[in-house]
Amino acid sequence: MLALIAIDWFPLWLSLRVAAIATVCVLTLGTMVAYFLSHKSFRGKHLLDSLITLPLVLPPTVLGYYLLVIAGRASPFGHIYEAAFGQPLVFTWQAAVVAAFLHSAPIYIKAATAVLETVDFRFEWAAQSLGASEWRTFWRVTLPLAWRGLSSLAALSFARSLGDFGVTIMVAGNIPGRTQTLSVAIYDAVESGDGTLARVLVVVVSVLAIALLWPAAYLSRGKRPATTA
Amino acid sequence: MSIHARLVKRLPAIAAAGPFELNVQLQAEAGITVLFGPSGAGKTLILNCLGGFARPDEGRILVNDHLFFDAAAGVHLPPRERRCGYIFQDHALFPHMTVRQNLHFAAGSRASTNSSTNGRLNRRRRINDLLEAFELTDLAGRKPMQLSGGQKQRAALARTLVNEPRLLLLDEPARGLDPRLREGFYDVLRRARDQLRIPILLVTHDLEECFELADYVCLMENGRFTQTGARDSVFKRPASIDVARALGIYNILPAEIESLDPGRNASRLRVFEFEIEGPYLPGHLIGDQGYLCVPASEFRVGPYDSPPSVNRLILRLSGHTPSPRGVRLQFEHGVAALVTEWEYRNLQGEDRLSLEIPLSAIYFIGK
Repeated sequence: MLALIAIDWFPLWLSLRVAAIATVCVLTLGTMVAYFLSHKSFRGKHLLDSLITLPLVLPPTVLGYYLLVIAGRASPFGHIYEAAFGQPLVFTWQAAVVAAFLHSAPIYIKAATAVLETVDFRFEWAAQSLGASEWRTFWRVTLPLAWRGLSSLAALSFARSLGDFGVTIMVAGNIPGRTQTLSVAIYDAVESGDGTLARVLVVVVSVLAIALLWPAAYLSRGKRPATTA
Repeated sequence: MSIHARLVKRLPAIAAAGPFELNVQLQAEAGITVLFGPSGAGKTLILNCLGGFARPDEGRILVNDHLFFDAAAGVHLPPRERRCGYIFQDHALFPHMTVRQNLHFAAGSRASTNSSTNGRLNRRRRINDLLEAFELTDLAGRKPMQLSGGQKQRAALARTLVNEPRLLLLDEPARGLDPRLREGFYDVLRRARDQLRIPILLVTHDLEECFELADYVCLMENGRFTQTGARDSVFKRPASIDVARALGIYNILPAEIESLDPGRNASRLRVFEFEIEGPYLPGHLIGDQGYLCVPASEFRVGPYDSPPSVNRLILRLSGHTPSPRGVRLQFEHGVAALVTEWEYRNLQGEDRLSLEIPLSAIYFIGK
């Protein structure tokens, strides 16, 4: 117990904050993209689909390198960001949010597309034939029917956001007290031979993951959203 | 209240089936128009074109004075602006809402009736009226899962009526209902027809349903209308052998015209080895080959040695099966006749029977 008190808990709080913000972004942006992928046919759909899958297959170092090029201080985007927020994006905790987003968005979008596709199109057609706009149909019919599936994915997404390491260390670095997330802190502890710290943090991460995955499994495996009631 | 539509829609070949083309000219007035045909004939596609869920390649859809679609002018109203009440297979009541919420969703979806307190009051009253008219008041708080098949159908119908639709589209609405509930739903639908005075298009491949509900019938086969018209004119006077076969209620007997006498308004036909006397057949010549279409229920079946009369076929009985409306007798040449249980009891034990065709049932189709 004494060891616990002596530990610097900053990485845990940072990780939770980063994961929470990244998950909110994934849910809004990802659900939107998933809706378009599942409900619209447009040119370049397959290209978009493969672009979304890309972060899953590229090594984190490659992804991180791209981000450094795109968002670095010398790039146009980096200039705009710095002018807007008064500080660069790279090597800040916000960069860790971007890394976590990239880590969890592809899986969320893939799975959410599948969930939204299982909503029986007849409910949506019925809503439209009753005069509902697409917006109203989405909020009142599609989303409630997909709610169980999507909320289980949200928990999964949060858990995955906690776990990014490669991209985070490339773009946010390992600055204790500023950008050091849990997974980076564990790496740091092992590197510096602090076995106790590493063990405690590993247990913390594992417990967190299980605490998130359990309800997620319950939500996805419980009663299916009634599509043919 | 009427629909005038010309629809052409081509679908690419899928798997074993070749390319499909829907090409119909549809006219429908107030009343129930049944689209009848085998599955895959394009019935549901017509509903989807009218409802705005499928875009025809060519043609025009005019409902009353509203142009829903015009290929040439590039008009294609989205479904929500068409005000078509569409009842889908399996009704599509929103499972996460109660019956009342389902109706409220419909009311709130129409832009014009929103906002004002007055509008909201009217809306509430209209919903209450509909719930009562469809005997749903006591069930208004239930979710669709807690309703029986017939109740779901009534709720789905009530929901489409909230916004006073310009027409109703029903896709096999009685599928999955047992016969007793079916009758109940037919009654509800007929009542709605009498009160609404709007065109109701109903898709079915069930002959009895077609017969019970239709004011007008459009017979469909492979993307085309094979015959359209008032129900009785279609059922009593099929335009071709194919139509008669599709209706499935006919004995189709090969026949040849032996003589024609316009003066006496008479004709003589040869059917198998028998001679049949019928009315004069305008537009046909002596020696014409064709078919005599006789509904199974029109034969007057009697014992072989009953007093001789005209228009008798003497055929050997090959079997019998019970049916809901009596006993179905099978004869040689594939001829079938429907008799009551009581008639059948009197005929039992006979090997050959006499089948008399009443003059009114003689209907000749040329080859």
